[in-house]
Amino acid sequence: MNIKAWIKKYTMVIALVVVFIFFTILTGGRLVLAQNVSNLLLQNAYVLVMACGMLLCILTGGNVDLSVGSTLCLSAALSAKMLQTGHSALTAILVSVAVGIVIGCIQGFLIGYVHIPPFICTLGGMFLYRGFARVVLSSKTIAVTDDKFLKLFADYIQIDGIDRIGQTAADGSNLPNKFYSALIVGILIAIIVTVATIMNRMKQKKSGYNVTKPFGTYFKLVIIDILIIAYAYKLMNYKGIPVMLIWILAIVLIFAFITSSTVFGRYFYAVGGNEKATKLSGIDPRKVYFVAYFLMSVLAAFSGLLMASRIGSVDGNMGNSYEMDAIASCFIGGASAYGGSGTVPGIMIGAILLGVINQGMSIFGLSDMWQYVVKGGVLLAAVVFDVVSNHKTGKS
Amino acid sequence: MSDFILEMENITKEYPGVKALNNVNLQVERGEIHALVGENGAGKSTLMNVLSGTIPFGQYTGDIKYNGSVCSFSNIKDSEAKGIVIIHQELALIPELTIAENMFLGNERKNQFGKIDWARTYSEAQKQMERVGLKEKSDVLIKDIGTGKQQLVEIAKALSKNVKLLILDEPTSSLNEEDSKMLLDMLLAFKEEGLTSIIITHKLNEVAYCADNITVLRDGSTIETMSNAEHNIDEERIIKGMVGRELTNRFPSREHNVGEEVILEVKDWTVYHPVYTEKCVDNKVSFKVHKGEIVGFSGLQGAGRTELAMSLFGKSYGSHITGHEYINGREVHLKNEKDAIKHGLAYVTEDRKVNGLVLEDSIAWNTTMAKLEKVSQNGIINVQEENKAAEEYKKKMNTKTPSVQQAVGNLSGGNQQKVLLSKWMFAEPDVLILDEPTRGIDVGAKYEIYCIMNDMVAQGKAVVMVSSELPELLGMCDRIYVMNEGSMVAEFDAKEATQEKIMSAILSTDNNRKEKTA
Repeated sequence: MNIKAWIKKYTMVIALVVVFIFFTILTGGRLVLAQNVSNLLLQNAYVLVMACGMLLCILTGGNVDLSVGSTLCLSAALSAKMLQTGHSALTAILVSVAVGIVIGCIQGFLIGYVHIPPFICTLGGMFLYRGFARVVLSSKTIAVTDDKFLKLFADYIQIDGIDRIGQTAADGSNLPNKFYSALIVGILIAIIVTVATIMNRMKQKKSGYNVTKPFGTYFKLVIIDILIIAYAYKLMNYKGIPVMLIWILAIVLIFAFITSSTVFGRYFYAVGGNEKATKLSGIDPRKVYFVAYFLMSVLAAFSGLLMASRIGSVDGNMGNSYEMDAIASCFIGGASAYGGSGTVPGIMIGAILLGVINQGMSIFGLSDMWQYVVKGGVLLAAVVFDVVSNHKTGKS
Repeated sequence: MSDFILEMENITKEYPGVKALNNVNLQVERGEIHALVGENGAGKSTLMNVLSGTIPFGQYTGDIKYNGSVCSFSNIKDSEAKGIVIIHQELALIPELTIAENMFLGNERKNQFGKIDWARTYSEAQKQMERVGLKEKSDVLIKDIGTGKQQLVEIAKALSKNVKLLILDEPTSSLNEEDSKMLLDMLLAFKEEGLTSIIITHKLNEVAYCADNITVLRDGSTIETMSNAEHNIDEERIIKGMVGRELTNRFPSREHNVGEEVILEVKDWTVYHPVYTEKCVDNKVSFKVHKGEIVGFSGLQGAGRTELAMSLFGKSYGSHITGHEYINGREVHLKNEKDAIKHGLAYVTEDRKVNGLVLEDSIAWNTTMAKLEKVSQNGIINVQEENKAAEEYKKKMNTKTPSVQQAVGNLSGGNQQKVLLSKWMFAEPDVLILDEPTRGIDVGAKYEIYCIMNDMVAQGKAVVMVSSELPELLGMCDRIYVMNEGSMVAEFDAKEATQEKIMSAILSTDNNRKEKTA
């Protein structure tokens, strides 16, 4: 691969690195403090999770779901209300997920089977669910204090005997906490990734088809391993592995698998690429739309649980404009505004890029208004670049 | 010394890695119809893009002499100002606007304040429409008139621009024989008035019919220009020039081995229009297809053939469908396309770009699309298997592409058609329904597609071919059904059928109907 093609393929990765270095310098290194690195993903948990669902919607033809911020709020509000009225954490979670399923069924049905334009259908939903959320909250703020609930989503994994917590040194001074478990898990994952990559290559070689170049593969592998271990090292220095990280990773991996390797995942790309041809190939586009919007709403409801536990309280404005963050991550991450192309790893880069910019600006102390200006500029630049460099003009 | 309106000299256009045009020369006499023929990818469209300024001056080398002076067009406006108008194969009309609005798009009739003068717009449009014999009102929306009439609107639009040199790229590719002839006759009439035309086409009978001179392009070079003043040019000679070899047989030979067993039978099939539900598009149609048989469906545009094929394929078209469909002797009620595929039907669509392929996806993805289950377990795709399958069909079909990871949109028309066929062959149908399988593709690719059809029937399967090209039906089929206005009007054994017989079957039913209504 020549350099030009390489740069084109990894534009967003390069942009992420540049932005990361830029903010590290700008904040005098505060961005890479263990606490900030750990918080980077947790702060943006909702973006990472909802971008997965949003990708499905966008794949079907550049459609978006505007209602997810409100769905998130409704789900969080219901959970908070249930906990406040003395129900168990499990009931609260089930009720929240159930509301996601119901909303998903309604929107999926309207968009897929009644052919309501997604933009309008979800715009209606956006007002509707926020209204319901405020009704549930009686326009008040409800604190989330249930221990079990918080443990499930917002806690950190600590293992006695491995981790060093609250110990004092011989001279009586406090030793900094070291969560070695995080580093050990990080190294284990790096090893698993390495082995899996090598085995996959061997399998490719055996079938004699499309073997990737050894240098590129191993170079990428080394970088990924270093990143995993470096990230784990940072976690070690700050509270250990967050439970929320496991939720995020599980969802992202599941959706990456669905879109890249399953038959149904392929249908999202096909419908977005050419709906008529897809239908005549024996695939029911209505079902594809239904599943896209269904999964989106369920993910939004789940994000509601994550955010309720992370913030520790729920109010009627929670999740305002979160849908825009999810949509922006997808487009920054290379999803086509006309549908039919985009990958989960791509949009994760987009989401993290957005997160780094957000957090970098917050740490630097840039005021809110300027944060919007920068975010908007980045989004526009990313999409313009994508369209110009790939000639994705929709109609050519 | 002839009077040349246009001389293109030593035109060379390079794209990264390919020479699309290599020292091409083209001389067009004033007041003639000049045909430009060549296989797909021979450079015809590129040459016309150079001429019309779509490829601006400076991006090619060589000279364009128009009316004796060298021109350097930097866009379409420049060439149109000199009276050169190009009509592309894919019509550039906006469906939601009226005929008149389309005609003066970018060239609006307005008053001195810049407001559009609607009275003038509609009356002038009407005048231009009369010149091309288009009997519609100028305030009708484009989407409400047929493709044939849309083509006429394009020509009227060109006339409104004071055209001196009219270029038509595949003007008849989506027209039936009757409309095509009308269009060609009109060009001949305009020729009498002094209009010069360049016509790009794959249909050699049309070339022989209307062209004065014929230029053959192959692989970006001019092969020869021959005179057709006597209208007796030998089609074989043109083909030889196009493909560089003598195609002794345009249709591959095959052993006619029609089985006794009926594989697909349809009785009293009636279909109504999906939107205008009182309009009957197929009326009590019955037919049979045997194992090992190629059955052709002939008819004019709007005869109901595509509608018949699609409604049989899992009700993908129409409403109030009634009738009986039997596959291998057993009656089936196909709920949807998936059901149809499961029962061994495949329908290869008429319009590969709109209904057939996902252009931005790879060849591999397109190939496996109709039966992904074949390369997957428990809903998980085995990418290795998928690529292997795509590779296998690429070889089988002789698809020209460096890799099966290539996006289908990057391929030429003939190769796209092969991918579309691959997709349906991969689904392993018993009955393959082909709707205009060779439209807009070159002679070589056509031949290969015919070979694939022959392979299918040799394996005891059956092929149904809907086609508007009579020679192709006569050359390939065992039996030919003729449809007109939604009804089956005739059935011929291919050995007895001739173009005249088929046309007269269509026309006589037309006359009958007129007499009845009169």
